[in-house]
Amino acid sequence: MSQPQMRRAVESGVPDNRQFLHPLLIKNYGNWKYHDRPRPGVLHHVSHSGDEVWTVRAGTQRQMDVHTIRRLCDIADKYAESHVRFTIRSNIEFMVSSFDKVGPLIAELEAKGFPVGGTGNSVSMISHTQGWLHCDIPGTDASCAVKALMDELVDEFRNEQMPNRVHMSTSCCEINCGGQADIAIIIQHTKPPKINHDLVANVCERPTVVARCPVAAIRPALVNGKPSLEVDEKKCICCGACYPPCPPMQINDPEHSKFAIWVGGKNSNARAKPTFMKMVAAGIPNNPPRWPEVSEVVKRILRVYKADARAWERMSDWIERIGWPRFFEKTELPFTKYLVDDWRGARANLNASTHIRF
Amino acid sequence: MTKAMYPTPMLDQLESGPWPSFVTGLKRLAEDKDYVVDLLGQLELSYKTRKGYWKGGTVGVYGYGGGVIPRFTEAKDADNKPLFPNAAEFHTLRVMPPAGMHYNTDILRKMTDIWEKHGSGLIAFHGQSGDIMFQGATSEGVQPAFDAINELGFDLGGAGPAVRTSMSCVGAARCEQSCYDEATAHRTVINSFLDDIHRPSLPYKFKFKFSGCPNDCMNSIQRADMAVIGTWRDNIRTDEALARKWFAKHGMNELVNDVVARCPTKAIRLKELGELEPGDSVSTVAVSDTHGLEIDNHDCVRCMHCINVMTGALAPGKDKGATILVGGKRTLKIGDLMGTVVVPFMKLETDEDRAKLVELGQQVIDFFAENALEHERTGEMIERIGIVNFLDAIGIEVDPSMVSSPRTNPYVRMDGWDEEVAKINARKQVA
Repeated sequence: MSQPQMRRAVESGVPDNRQFLHPLLIKNYGNWKYHDRPRPGVLHHVSHSGDEVWTVRAGTQRQMDVHTIRRLCDIADKYAESHVRFTIRSNIEFMVSSFDKVGPLIAELEAKGFPVGGTGNSVSMISHTQGWLHCDIPGTDASCAVKALMDELVDEFRNEQMPNRVHMSTSCCEINCGGQADIAIIIQHTKPPKINHDLVANVCERPTVVARCPVAAIRPALVNGKPSLEVDEKKCICCGACYPPCPPMQINDPEHSKFAIWVGGKNSNARAKPTFMKMVAAGIPNNPPRWPEVSEVVKRILRVYKADARAWERMSDWIERIGWPRFFEKTELPFTKYLVDDWRGARANLNASTHIRF
Repeated sequence: MTKAMYPTPMLDQLESGPWPSFVTGLKRLAEDKDYVVDLLGQLELSYKTRKGYWKGGTVGVYGYGGGVIPRFTEAKDADNKPLFPNAAEFHTLRVMPPAGMHYNTDILRKMTDIWEKHGSGLIAFHGQSGDIMFQGATSEGVQPAFDAINELGFDLGGAGPAVRTSMSCVGAARCEQSCYDEATAHRTVINSFLDDIHRPSLPYKFKFKFSGCPNDCMNSIQRADMAVIGTWRDNIRTDEALARKWFAKHGMNELVNDVVARCPTKAIRLKELGELEPGDSVSTVAVSDTHGLEIDNHDCVRCMHCINVMTGALAPGKDKGATILVGGKRTLKIGDLMGTVVVPFMKLETDEDRAKLVELGQQVIDFFAENALEHERTGEMIERIGIVNFLDAIGIEVDPSMVSSPRTNPYVRMDGWDEEVAKINARKQVA
């Protein structure tokens, strides 16, 4: 029997973006002079040529059904010259050539349920992951957890009332696909994996799994006469690194997989060098469908930051000024021994000075 | 829809509230597709039990070894039959976006038509690696969906131990802070590594990311094995009209507290106009009839803060290019790593310049492929062997811009010191 004729892929790679650029962006490519923001959610760029372009930014749910995408296309065709782009935080941007078009475009977006904002010193959309919808190792959901939180933060998205921009992320496991952020919400497992010894030999490449463990807590073992793996539970840090290469080592636990909250991550080089985020809260339950305990901690941190930070201080700049003791005092978060680093390079995180704020 | 919806009391609670609801979108798809009816059923089960129900597998398209994320349901009854049979397979196609994620409505509508026909109708703009994620196809649907997407001029991205899909910022297309042509660099580099994207054979993933300035909107420094971040070598440019306009609006307190005092290296000073001292490495600009700013550009670290605050009044210089950093990644398994500098500055204006960037990428990837352990990222490999060995291998000389400080311990064999000094002196004489 002959094989069916398969189409050979055209290895075209990344497409040329010029075919999708707004004509004004092509005309002024590399020749922009400055920008300002006439109102939250709107950017106004001015070229050295004198051309101007207005950009209206709106929030989306990122995981969009085709009908939502078509609705956004309808809006773009009717009000916005048919060109859009997406930001790294899944906001959609519409570029228009005259200020007259901004008002009706905003009205239409808001009427159709797409909040306009996310610019400047706002809380922008939350970078997130796949979660229960699609991931093979998720401790929680992503899109819906983000929806729940953005429902509560939408006023901060629509306005620019924060000291500086606030980038947030959520991640369904410690791999942290959501990334560094001013505030990050990440699953933190608290119990070692539960091993299904009947399956390990057939499913897992055991040396690979042993090598994957950051603390060398996994070793090959015969269990009930079958080759399997065992975990030294005293050494185990419950990171979940063994679970992707060995699904019978179930790390997710409806009860004991909790959330931790991290603050002060920053990618930008502006002012201080880029910073990693630090864990400041943990033990928060994984409580769908709206995760109210997570929202409570996040909103508390945001409230204190908004009231206390000075203009242009990102979360990390603010904490650098006030110090960690006052961060924990002001946010009323408990500073426990688990927040003191003992991983590689931990001494760099200790206070090797008498610089203490009283 | 032929199939009745499962009750979804938990998901239903995510239809209210001001933020766009992804559940409402799924329910709209479920009106036409039993596939999505069952997907909602399984998702509701996850909400109830707080467990995930997908496992991986092997699904791909003809000729490629990656780019599809296979998902098979593990929500099964006692007889091992899927509880939600219509959604028993839910694979994702990762598709590389155009640089800067620009689209027109015509191309977006074509994508929706393809995915309505061959898939679930759910598309994510974009995944964390930058891919357009066409989420939810059966094993049968994957190839025809890919064929149609490929005919549009789009191609699959990376998955597994491969060069991955890349991202670049809005860049020169709509940003005055752009320091190189991000889109062309992005496309040139990535399209030079398509074999390593489509046929995974590296020790682990390798990511490039492209940000046009040190604001690093693509988060490249902590997410990319090789980060290309725009910068400039000459003086900050100034525009007196815009500087005066800014000052008239914001006043002296903001100028002092938000601009001058926030410069990390104290390179900016506020002076009375008569005291400004222009010079080869100095930028000066009047903000009023009495005061002006003076910036010593040798002290400036190109952090972007003053330029962000006074956009247009202050701007990146004209001698632009990029800094290349290598080794960024998140925790697993040795702890978080930022990318660190391996090339303090390179021009990225001509095809020749970009060819050098591709060549550097190739050298790093070749060395990574030869020397990294399985599942070890570039940054972890460098941590294990030392940056000096890494630089030696890819033929780059050390530079003080690569370190925060020289070493603080004496534990190093130094018998080669005199030869190294002689080499540096010889280079100086040539230059």
